Amino acid sequence: MAEKDKNKSTLSVLVENHFGVLARIAGLFSARGFNISSLSVGETEDPTVSIMTIVVEGDERIVEQVKKQLNKLIEVIKVRDLTEQDYVSRELALIKASVTSEKRREIIEIADIFKGRVVDISHENITIEVTGPSQKIDAVIGLMKTYGIKEMARTGKVSLIRG
Amino acid sequence: MEMNGAKIIIEALKKEGVDTIFGYPGGSVIPLFDVLYDEKAINLVHVRHEQGAAHAADGYARATGKVGVCLATSGPGATNLVTGIATAHLDSIPIVAITGQVPSMMIGSDAFQEADMTGITRPITKHNFLVKDINDLARVMKEAFYIARTGRPGPVLVDIPKDVQTASTEFKYPDKVEIRSYKPNVKPHLGQINKALDMIKESERPIIYFGGGVILGNASAELTEFVKKSGIPATGTLMGLGAYPVDYNDPLYLGMLGMHGTVYANYAISHSDLIIAVGSRFDDRVTGKIGEFAPHAKVIHIDIDPTSISKTIVVDVPIVGDVREVLKEINKLIKPAKIDEWKKQVAQWKKENPLKYERNSDVIKPQYVIEKLSEIAGDDAIIATEVGQHQMWVAQHYLFQKPRKLLTSGGLGTMGYGLPAAVGAKAGMRDKLVIDVAGDGSIQMNIQELGTAIYHNLDVKVVILNNSYLGMVRQWQDLFFNKRYSGVLLEKSGDGKCPSTYYPDFVKIAEAYGCWGKRICKPEDVESAIREMINHKGPAILDILIEKEENVFPMVPAGASLTQMLGGIA
Repeated sequence: MAEKDKNKSTLSVLVENHFGVLARIAGLFSARGFNISSLSVGETEDPTVSIMTIVVEGDERIVEQVKKQLNKLIEVIKVRDLTEQDYVSRELALIKASVTSEKRREIIEIADIFKGRVVDISHENITIEVTGPSQKIDAVIGLMKTYGIKEMARTGKVSLIRG
Repeated sequence: MEMNGAKIIIEALKKEGVDTIFGYPGGSVIPLFDVLYDEKAINLVHVRHEQGAAHAADGYARATGKVGVCLATSGPGATNLVTGIATAHLDSIPIVAITGQVPSMMIGSDAFQEADMTGITRPITKHNFLVKDINDLARVMKEAFYIARTGRPGPVLVDIPKDVQTASTEFKYPDKVEIRSYKPNVKPHLGQINKALDMIKESERPIIYFGGGVILGNASAELTEFVKKSGIPATGTLMGLGAYPVDYNDPLYLGMLGMHGTVYANYAISHSDLIIAVGSRFDDRVTGKIGEFAPHAKVIHIDIDPTSISKTIVVDVPIVGDVREVLKEINKLIKPAKIDEWKKQVAQWKKENPLKYERNSDVIKPQYVIEKLSEIAGDDAIIATEVGQHQMWVAQHYLFQKPRKLLTSGGLGTMGYGLPAAVGAKAGMRDKLVIDVAGDGSIQMNIQELGTAIYHNLDVKVVILNNSYLGMVRQWQDLFFNKRYSGVLLEKSGDGKCPSTYYPDFVKIAEAYGCWGKRICKPEDVESAIREMINHKGPAILDILIEKEENVFPMVPAGASLTQMLGGIA
């Protein structure tokens, strides 16, 4: 499911798995004043290649420059703009809420409805894990806010073209 | 053959055809200097400051067309290269900077003379490497040179820990470079060229706007053919000077455009309906206020770097490729443009607004000095400049006939560039007359390189246009800050008379280094003093006291549109 946020583009970037590549990419964004809303990085099926999924904020011209500037980096192998394509994307979030035992049941229900799981529980806190497209994560976070989110970590999205 | 890392580096340099390097020793590069001690094939020019090494490598590269090489130790040695690397980066000059690094085991421990050079130079290099394994060294050297000179050229830094220099391995230099993620696009798309030709055919008011890419791409002959065949008026940038012969009587040549460009070049581009940009990048010093730049014009942009396309100005027909290849294709098909009305208009502007200055027989006008220098030094001389008013006077009044004759820091605007760049150029081309035109401010930023010139018998000449001010800043303060001359006066208690109390006494400095030195202040002495300086064998300084408050005109104030020029003459 492609996100239709007009001001955001999702770029899938294949890079050499060298030390310092992440710093080069981060440096490019800060030096040229481009805005990243999320960035995730990890290995691919080829251990010499890493894949970065970068969500960029900006109009068409800015995104065009971002793509060209990324391509210009020597260690960038390929840049694909997923925004105009059919792609799957997933994000994972861990959300910790502080709850009393009577409210705990409600949170477990929320996790169930969103096909999430409870991954940790204590007298004061409960931590759930949710995976899915970013909008789904946003929805869960919205619901959880009513219970008071104590801590939260999102991975940023990872994406692949369909088919 | 088994050899240590230091030797591998030097052997790699020889394989790359390097015959001259500019360096300064220090703890982390002693193994390298040790190899250089016996090396006959490489001339080590040891500079007096690492910044000088980087600028010298840059000047060498601009003048010869080869990759320049500089060498410095870790920490402060390497950080002193930074200004020079950034200068090369903004002007796309191919240099390889080799820096020593603390031993691999100590990296990250805040060791003595440790600085994270790949981190520091990441935004100002085309690419950089930290070599942690001696078995990568030969390949990295090969890639460094390849990356520096191909595509859009630029500086590459190779940081080499001391233990990698002393470790040993078999030396195998790769024949070919295979970098899967780096394939510069050289061959132009013919469909785009045809689109461009159609657009040129339809245009009523076209203009060619060329830049430093033509010089870097060795495409001066092709550019000249394009201009002559098409009959389209051409204007160039500071970096493009010499790509097309500078002759103000040539009806097709409009001189430089932009902030200190000619009135007619700025009018012409502002009224054009088609800009054919050739190896130029719509720098802010060229466009003035971007929203008002050439409002009626469509744009064809020829450039090897896709990031230059539509970066600041929206381009209608991009042609990505090697500028020489592109122009060759265009020249096969281009027909003379039917633009008589437009040419008449351009000629009219040219006639009404020539470059001019007030002649004076009592005080030396800087423009007059440059005119005379241009006459006397000839087409083959290499002119370096520092940055400021003198640089713009050179750009306006020196008649560059050939490419690679002007060495100037266009993008970064680095004061202190000229003298070391001249030293570098001379080391690469000993048969050429090499002159640094300087201001009295800029020359003091790297004046220590006179020592390098003397020591290595590098016969460079320095002409100082001395107004005892940081003239360009003073000019802005004069025009836009109510003459509040803050931080620009360089004289202690000068009267401008000759010999004056201006300080320092550049003649004494010249003599202290063992150079020839002379100071003049009368217009009638200009010609003979230039000849005397050129005829002197060895490095020389000619200190010329000029009109103190002369301004560079025309001028487009910062942030104004190109048609809002502060006029012209006095």
